[in-house]
Amino acid sequence: MVMRTLICLVLTVWLSHAQSKQLRIAVEGALVSLDPHEQLSETGEQYAHTVFDPLVRWRQDGTFEPRLATSWAQLDRSTLRLFLRKDVLFHSGNGMTADDVLFSLARLQRSVDFKGLFNVIERVEKIDNYTVDLHTRHPYPLLLNVLAYAFILDSKFYAGRDEVVKYQATFASQHASGSGPYTVTKRIVGQVLEVTRNPRYWDSEATGNVDALTFIPIRSDSTRLAALLSGEVDVASPIAPVDIERVQRNPALKMFVEPGTRIVMLQLNQQRRTELKNPRIRKAIRLAINEPLLVQKVLRNMGTAAGQLSAPSFLGHLEDLQPEYNPDLARALMREAGYEKGFRLTMMAPNNRYMADEQIAQAVAAMLAKINIHVDLKTFPKAQYFQFYDQRAADILMLGWQADTFDSNNIFEFVLACSDITKGTGVYNSAGFCSAAIDSDIAQANREMNPEQRVRTLQRIERTAREEEAVLPLYWQPLVWASKQEVPLESVINFLNVPYWGDLTVP
Amino acid sequence: MIGFILRRLLQAVLVMLTISFASFVIQGKLGDPVTQMVGQNVTLAERAQLTESLGLNDPLLQQYARYLSDALSGDLGVSYYHKQATLAVIGDRLPATLELSFCALLIVLLTATPLGVFAAIRPRHILSRLIVIVSTLGLSVPIFVVAMFLVYFFAVEWQWLPSFGRGETHLLFGFWSSGLVTKDGLQHLLLPSVSLAFVLAPIFVRLIRAQMLEELDSDYVRYAWSKGIPAHRVYFVHALKNTMLPVITVGGIQVGTLIAYTILTETIFQWPGMGLLFMEAVSRVDAPLISAYLIVVGLIFVLINTLVDLIYLWVNPRVRIPGYGQ
Repeated sequence: MVMRTLICLVLTVWLSHAQSKQLRIAVEGALVSLDPHEQLSETGEQYAHTVFDPLVRWRQDGTFEPRLATSWAQLDRSTLRLFLRKDVLFHSGNGMTADDVLFSLARLQRSVDFKGLFNVIERVEKIDNYTVDLHTRHPYPLLLNVLAYAFILDSKFYAGRDEVVKYQATFASQHASGSGPYTVTKRIVGQVLEVTRNPRYWDSEATGNVDALTFIPIRSDSTRLAALLSGEVDVASPIAPVDIERVQRNPALKMFVEPGTRIVMLQLNQQRRTELKNPRIRKAIRLAINEPLLVQKVLRNMGTAAGQLSAPSFLGHLEDLQPEYNPDLARALMREAGYEKGFRLTMMAPNNRYMADEQIAQAVAAMLAKINIHVDLKTFPKAQYFQFYDQRAADILMLGWQADTFDSNNIFEFVLACSDITKGTGVYNSAGFCSAAIDSDIAQANREMNPEQRVRTLQRIERTAREEEAVLPLYWQPLVWASKQEVPLESVINFLNVPYWGDLTVP
Repeated sequence: MIGFILRRLLQAVLVMLTISFASFVIQGKLGDPVTQMVGQNVTLAERAQLTESLGLNDPLLQQYARYLSDALSGDLGVSYYHKQATLAVIGDRLPATLELSFCALLIVLLTATPLGVFAAIRPRHILSRLIVIVSTLGLSVPIFVVAMFLVYFFAVEWQWLPSFGRGETHLLFGFWSSGLVTKDGLQHLLLPSVSLAFVLAPIFVRLIRAQMLEELDSDYVRYAWSKGIPAHRVYFVHALKNTMLPVITVGGIQVGTLIAYTILTETIFQWPGMGLLFMEAVSRVDAPLISAYLIVVGLIFVLINTLVDLIYLWVNPRVRIPGYGQ
């Protein structure tokens, strides 16, 4: 009798345990704030999509999916009408209306990290409780891309305590009321974030069935890998290139290497060195670097060798701009330019910012030695590196760029446009490259509402950049996720590197 | 005695002032906190404004004076990342580090003493030679190698023990979150404390062995043998007691090594203690937290060294004789 009770007890406990589906996710970055409007980073976006909802969001195929906005209509060239979902409840129990959208968009325009994206919206007009009109300062083709960052906050919950500040404790940085599929149940800053399924989630078609998610930031690559291999976490990202094989050998695990859109490039500073002013020298340097070999050897075939800035999924991408490797031609160009004997260049790169950044920089230095360019390479942790970067402290600088809008023009604006502090353009143009033609094309692509025309403009910029050897693209950094076999991770990961955990269905 | 303590206190104040100044001066060399705080699309003007509002544009001495006057009233600033007072953040993480260090020291004490004594009493025994060889190896193997071996076998291959974190903790006395009182917590503690002990133990094994050999060769021990005192009394009461004197001194000095190694151990095991906190603060350029950590660690240093001197005073009465050792 006692035995039977015991068995029953064990079974009940086991069953109730089996019914409650939990997922432990090891990530690299720790969340800075519970305020989705405070920090624009992949860690922040992942959190925001879990606890909040944006107006629209990206699908895996690169189209937009209605979320809190059910549909939209372009009223005129600079006005977009949004129709809002009517059955949305925030975690606090308040219902969502147009007021929350007005409140959230105004708040985003005050946020240091987001105002750059949202400032294009001049005015938000409430038509009725579930309709708003967005008036942009000029016709703007990327408004939906921006609205994918428009996470809607509960205006009644935050009323009077809605300040968004970078480095101080605010109400919003410690409390959250969104409309998302999960609510925050536990947070120890820098150690753990636990969220539990929101039983009143508006999206009844959402297939997700995981009851609780635990995000554990683990900084060290090897510790994160050990946690996955030992089964202590169910999902881990990223995985270092050297560990790929280790994961693939394990039959209990699976791995996804998605092509990313972050372009890692070198910038040859023409302001610092007269040699680099000569396009022939810049071309020689490009031809001396074997990008596919870098990807194959250093990144262990993760990532994609790049011959341009726009990733294949971007509008500006040109199929024929491939990486070229031709050391003989490079040496010939050096000879033509009168630098057969070569010269020395300084180079700086980060050592903990991009995937295998330090090893890539070392390999590049070795490749350039073959055409008699001797590189004095220094690498720094990202905290110091970007100070040097801002000072343009070396002849060659490494930079990785992720377009927040997932559009070519964002890269062009920051990396190719003439550097102009007052206009805020070309902030990351450390090459000192400047072309009036490219600048006017960038401005045009920012207003062009005709999609075909816009693609042509973006592609023209990409081609001019290659012809004038403006920058030296190396590779697109891959997005790497690994999980236990039974987790259908493929259904939620995407090119944003922001899995929509709310949609995850675990058998 | 009181004079000694007063002198120590004065020294401590000077040391703390020096540390606070040094930690303040290096802040500027660590990188720009603002760049770490903002997204990539933020304009230079916005960044400059943030820098200004953080007071980072004032002259260094002015910033230091402000810092010092706040510090005297117990305010060591607010962490940029944690958004709370730095002392509170460190206080939250302190138990994790202290428990880890305590367990590591316990393991060191329980292994190094018997091994060292055995190697001294039976110098020709095969085990003694093994102890000497292994301790030499132990001295030269870096901690991350040890830790990774332990993780590889115990966590990844055999899955007996967890590979990271602190596990389940319990709040004791309302402020001390302890991992020592739950089974899960103890399991999590095992690998990090063993790796930490592994790098600390060899030096003690060798020290105890060398010192014990010396004591066993001294006149008073020979006299004790000739008096017919039983072996265990000669070894453990007479010789071992005197062996422990230099061990205490070295132990005090090793606190520095211990703190340095906790940083590494905690990083490898994602142990949520002060060391990991410091590493993360450095990579985020969380300047107030870095300074506060250095000051707190400096204070711990000074306190422990004072304590060691006091213990020494108590264990070795000769030190109390004026003019001894001069």
